[in-house]
Amino acid sequence: MIEIKNLNKSFNTTSGTIVALSDINLTILDGEIFGIIGLSGAGKSTLVRCINLLESPTSGDVILDGRNLTELTRKELLETRQSIGMIFQGFNLLTQRNILQNVCYPLEIAGVKKQDAVRRAVELLELVGLSDRLKSYPSQLSGGQKQRVAIARALATKPKYLLCDEATSALDPNTTQSILDLLKEINRTMGVTIIIITHEMKVIDQICDRVAVIDNSRIAESGYVSDVFTNPQSQIARELILPKANSTESVVGERQLRIIFDGEASSKPVIANLVLECQVPVNIMFADTRDIEGKAYGQMILQLPDDIRQQERVLSYLKAKKITFSQEV
Amino acid sequence: MFSEMFQKLWDNGIIQAGIWETIYMTALSTLFSYGIGLPLGLVLSVTDKDGIHPMSGLNRALGIIVNIFRSIPFIILMIAMLPAAKFIVGTSLGNQAMIVTLVIAASPYVARMVESSIKEVDAGVIEAAQAMGTSSFKLVYKVLIPEAKPSLIIGSVISMVTILGYSAMAGTIGGGGLGQIAITYGYQRYNNDIIWICVILTILIVQVIQEVGTRIAHKTDKRIS
Repeated sequence: MIEIKNLNKSFNTTSGTIVALSDINLTILDGEIFGIIGLSGAGKSTLVRCINLLESPTSGDVILDGRNLTELTRKELLETRQSIGMIFQGFNLLTQRNILQNVCYPLEIAGVKKQDAVRRAVELLELVGLSDRLKSYPSQLSGGQKQRVAIARALATKPKYLLCDEATSALDPNTTQSILDLLKEINRTMGVTIIIITHEMKVIDQICDRVAVIDNSRIAESGYVSDVFTNPQSQIARELILPKANSTESVVGERQLRIIFDGEASSKPVIANLVLECQVPVNIMFADTRDIEGKAYGQMILQLPDDIRQQERVLSYLKAKKITFSQEV
Repeated sequence: MFSEMFQKLWDNGIIQAGIWETIYMTALSTLFSYGIGLPLGLVLSVTDKDGIHPMSGLNRALGIIVNIFRSIPFIILMIAMLPAAKFIVGTSLGNQAMIVTLVIAASPYVARMVESSIKEVDAGVIEAAQAMGTSSFKLVYKVLIPEAKPSLIIGSVISMVTILGYSAMAGTIGGGGLGQIAITYGYQRYNNDIIWICVILTILIVQVIQEVGTRIAHKTDKRIS
């Protein structure tokens, strides 16, 4: 379990003090995939670096399985870091070492005998599907392959935790998918707790159990992905999760409704029923629904005709059917 | 074709000896300069405020010393360092003494070359190594030096060529080599062809060093496949 308590981090620069993190409190449970999402500059990269103390907090505690990392000696900290794997957006492989030597690196640092290190590295490279590229150098691999090597390297010392700092941000959608699948598999089969930093909704959506939304150096909200996604409370979460409809030209009328689907409702033909029962021609301006843990969630923006009576019919229909909606201007 | 002087120098083996002296003075000076400059450059980059182990006081002090030595014109530094040469090798004349002065002059230069090579190492790679629990000491010899190796080799080629140029100047204060031949037999006795021959021979040596060095650097660099 990782507990982050009252964590603050500020940087002193020539142009004054910059607050990167402010009063962060988080608990990450064993075995879960925890996502931290925010826009660039929100402080999420600094937050993940505070977990393995690559950045030392200005104040506050990082408690890993009951041990307060901020109180460790340098030597203890270096040992603790071996139980926290980390992967990066830029992969950060040693360019002058081949793939096998890259995966052996953390084992060398941990003092594992060379023979055992090589055996373990080969095993891991097999797991990530690169057993035929052992002697290749990073420059000869694609981005997805490099990230696979980085994952194998991060897992070499059998860490309990894996930190992912924008690990898929430099990859194309297909490769992102395969890396996310691999991470999920590692979580399931090896029980590694994964902490993912990202600015991509999709990543959270696909593999995270819980999520924290970070904005302006603070945690804006956190909770189960399905809860936060269906009912975002904070402004920033709404912005990240509910994409704005690009509605400019009015086709039918001025009035717009945002309909929110919460799993149950989207399995029924809500809009078709609405149109049939109310006899009102609505215009679908925007629709985005997704499948989260077997249930469908999402939202749709409807444009209503100008006629007040028709609008009232639609609103009362939605109220009667208990469909969540909000009026957009 | 060539003057009588050249014929005489060649027959007596003076040109050949000059080539050899230039090569070994340069090679030994480069070697010893790296003995001092490599650790100095590592300390400079490691203790820098953006380095892996910032120590601003030490960094500033070393930086000032390096800058002082680098700002003195070589010909003056060389003369000023002759007593040091006498102290170390027992004489202030000849190639051994010149190697001492060359090393003193070139080490700060080498330190800066090494420093800049080390600073080229991708910060992300360093961060990844730190995240894996690498101590600062291991970071230097397991990450910084191997990752900077191709750049270090290129740097050493540049340093070697610079030292070769310095070694020619050493000919004016009692050193041997092609520089001394050009001055003694060419410039002072009005034999322009001797000067030109020495220049051409020096160019050839530089070309060989540059070509071989670049090839080695290219071959060891795993970033280029």
